[in-house]
Amino acid sequence: MDETLAIELRGISKAFGPVQANKDISIQVKRGTIHGIIGENGAGKSTLMSILYGFYRADSGEVFIGGKKTEIPDSQAAIDAGIGMVFQHFKLVENFTVLENVILGAEDGRLLKPSLAKARKLLKKLADDYEMDVDPDAIIEDLGVGQQQRVEILKALYREADILILDEPTGVLTPAEADHLFRILKGLRDEGKTIILITHKLREIMEITDTVSVMRRGEMTATVKTAETSPEQLAELMVGRKVLLRVDKTPATPGAVVLEVENLRVVDDRNVERLRGIDLTIRAGEVLGIAGVSGNGQSELLEILGGYAKGTGVIRVNGQQIDITGSASDARTRRARGIAHVPEDRQREGLIMDYRAWENIGFGYHDDPKFNSGLLMHNSALKTDCVDKMERFDVRPPDPNLAAKNFSGGNQQKIVLAREIERNPDLLLIGQPTRGVDIGAIEFIHQQIVALRDQGKAILLVSVELDEIMALSDRIAVMFDGRIMGERLPSETNQGELGLLMAGITEDAA
Amino acid sequence: MNDAMPKWADIVLIPLINLALALFVSGLVVALIGKNPFEALYILVNGSVGSAYGWGYTLFYATNFIFTGLSVAVAFHARLFNIGGEGQAALGGLGVALVALSIDWPHWALALPAAVIGGMIFGALWAAVPAYLQVRRGSHIVITTIMFNYIAAALMVYLLANVLKVPGSASPETARFIEGARLPNAADILPWVGFSRSTPLNVSFLVAVLACIGVYFLIWRTRLGYEIRAFGHSEPAALYAGISPVRITMLAMLISGGLSGLMAINAVMGEAERLVLDPVQGAGFVGIAVALMGRSHPLGVFIAALLFGALYQGGAELTFEMNGMTREMILVIQALVILFTGALDNMVRSPVERMFLSRRRQPEAPLPTTPLQPGGHPDDAKIEP
Repeated sequence: MDETLAIELRGISKAFGPVQANKDISIQVKRGTIHGIIGENGAGKSTLMSILYGFYRADSGEVFIGGKKTEIPDSQAAIDAGIGMVFQHFKLVENFTVLENVILGAEDGRLLKPSLAKARKLLKKLADDYEMDVDPDAIIEDLGVGQQQRVEILKALYREADILILDEPTGVLTPAEADHLFRILKGLRDEGKTIILITHKLREIMEITDTVSVMRRGEMTATVKTAETSPEQLAELMVGRKVLLRVDKTPATPGAVVLEVENLRVVDDRNVERLRGIDLTIRAGEVLGIAGVSGNGQSELLEILGGYAKGTGVIRVNGQQIDITGSASDARTRRARGIAHVPEDRQREGLIMDYRAWENIGFGYHDDPKFNSGLLMHNSALKTDCVDKMERFDVRPPDPNLAAKNFSGGNQQKIVLAREIERNPDLLLIGQPTRGVDIGAIEFIHQQIVALRDQGKAILLVSVELDEIMALSDRIAVMFDGRIMGERLPSETNQGELGLLMAGITEDAA
Repeated sequence: MNDAMPKWADIVLIPLINLALALFVSGLVVALIGKNPFEALYILVNGSVGSAYGWGYTLFYATNFIFTGLSVAVAFHARLFNIGGEGQAALGGLGVALVALSIDWPHWALALPAAVIGGMIFGALWAAVPAYLQVRRGSHIVITTIMFNYIAAALMVYLLANVLKVPGSASPETARFIEGARLPNAADILPWVGFSRSTPLNVSFLVAVLACIGVYFLIWRTRLGYEIRAFGHSEPAALYAGISPVRITMLAMLISGGLSGLMAINAVMGEAERLVLDPVQGAGFVGIAVALMGRSHPLGVFIAALLFGALYQGGAELTFEMNGMTREMILVIQALVILFTGALDNMVRSPVERMFLSRRRQPEAPLPTTPLQPGGHPDDAKIEP
């Protein structure tokens, strides 16, 4: 029995149907350290943590907590064992106060008052110790994302968690908020808490962890001390081959203006103005990157350009104004104008997950006479087209009869890209091109975007990954709260400056 | 598309297991009231498919259920839950009756296509109102279609009692259709099989089979079917692709209502040969169970409709033949079949899927994982006990 180990897993295996999500995984996490778990999407990180938190039961293997063999049949057992989890998607009651959320499910008795008082005291102490200041009486929905995340951490600490698991915690944060979170985590570690950080971002691993374990295809490929490794080595361990982390591209040679947007405004169903007067221009042969924390209007921008949100303002494509309010404003007419769209959420919008690959390859272009005779679909034409595109975009497996949901994230994205790029559009809208995509495929997708630009197409790139924006864009516009805070050239800016803009801070205010 | 198990298991094996379970529990219920379940089962089967007489009724009921089952299935593909088959079929009956009574039809072969159109249009229009209310006003289609069933029933009573009734007659029904607007029944078409003159089975059964084929083509071969399924799977994706939710909702409901309306061909033109009060007799609701059990596939709907037809006919026999088997007992048995085939489907599905998966892994284990099999995992061998 090793008392210095917070968690030890021995030989954990878990299969979902034919998919072996975790294969004989053994890992030791030392008490009082920050332990990173890195791996591509689908490598099995989340499955492993779900087993640890009692959401899934392992098919085989043992869990030791604090040196004691522990059974974790459900999340209550995990909480009892001192494990707290902060999920990627917060599990907070939006219309409760911070205090109410913190005690939810951990009330001491039938009356709330004593628990609330106790929680208030604890919150005060934690705020002082770790700069975790959150107004205990604020309503959750009024709080920013970073603050909501702090509430999740407070919830775990209120339940006396010694081991804190964070699943992709920085996905929704600005760089400044992420730094703040890391300071909190370091403080907690120094107090003797153990922290497991799940991420796919190499930079975070290098910045904050003490030890890092790499997962690939359900297996634990290595556990190394962070100080003794490099991002290149980790990337190679994740993918299983050498990876180009940078994008090779020549300077842009912008041509004629393709897209002009003036004073674009979108009001959503809840009557909230999501776009508050956007102006932008994209020329042929350049990539305009839109940086910003998600939820600041980028989705609405893509939706209205793609034809399925309504708004006011002017959009001109190749000098011709397009209707954005009337009944003729839909995605079909946008495509006819030469706009192709790789949507942010490929599983919700870009693909029909239950459709086979060949059915998806014509999705959105199913009106094309190539694919139908007016009444009947030309299924064989779709299949031929699909085989062809799968080969050129290296979709694996190259099986047109496989349902979209059975491809990996990267290959799903390649199907969407193949469909949109091969239509030879004048303007490509592309949202989160590499979200949930494995590193190997990221390289390929980035090359395709640059190649399309070099063919003289205009590209609007929206991504929450600042690295991606910096690597691909010829110009960067930063969005905050439905407005464009400023435009920068990638060569003349840095992550710090962009981070401030993403938080809504301009030079004038600073 | 389910890759966990072969297709035959999905559409044949699982429904059969469900059915066996339903019959087993039904047997328990029959035993509980002190009857012999095996005798009951014998009467049920023999009464439905044991004679030309039984088949005549079984297929007659099945014809109704095919139409209403297809109706629900088409709406399901657009993720719309059309519970209004009952009312749409009743209005379809009105359409069929108006066509049949309108002119002096020389021959049924002319009257039938006209009645098909009449039934479909009336059924479709009755479905169009709830569909329109959903797309323009956001009123949920489940609620409105149910309410429209009641409105249809009230409307039919009013029309039959006040407008369409034969003057001087006391019964709320139209005049009997003339010879040229009556459909030939199975005894006329297939005299050598031994159907009796009174069998209700008629040429509408063939129309139902054609409808199955038509729906298959609609859903899996046409552009509209492609769009309906896409919309049903994901509305955001449909919007992204430029598929109009308004158009798809309207069209899917019109087709669905039209199919329900078609049912009246069988019940009104084929059997009663006049419009009576409540020609639908619950078939609109049975259609929901049929579509669920048939997994919204025309072939599945066809098979499920046969099963429910047999249950209806066999159940009727059971009440005749067996003392103490009341109409309510038959309802219990039918309800159990719906419960097991529809609502409790996953109870059987998950274990069967697991069984297939574990069997699929087994043959891989003894194979050595050579470089020729990049997909094989060296650890697979360890999974096996």
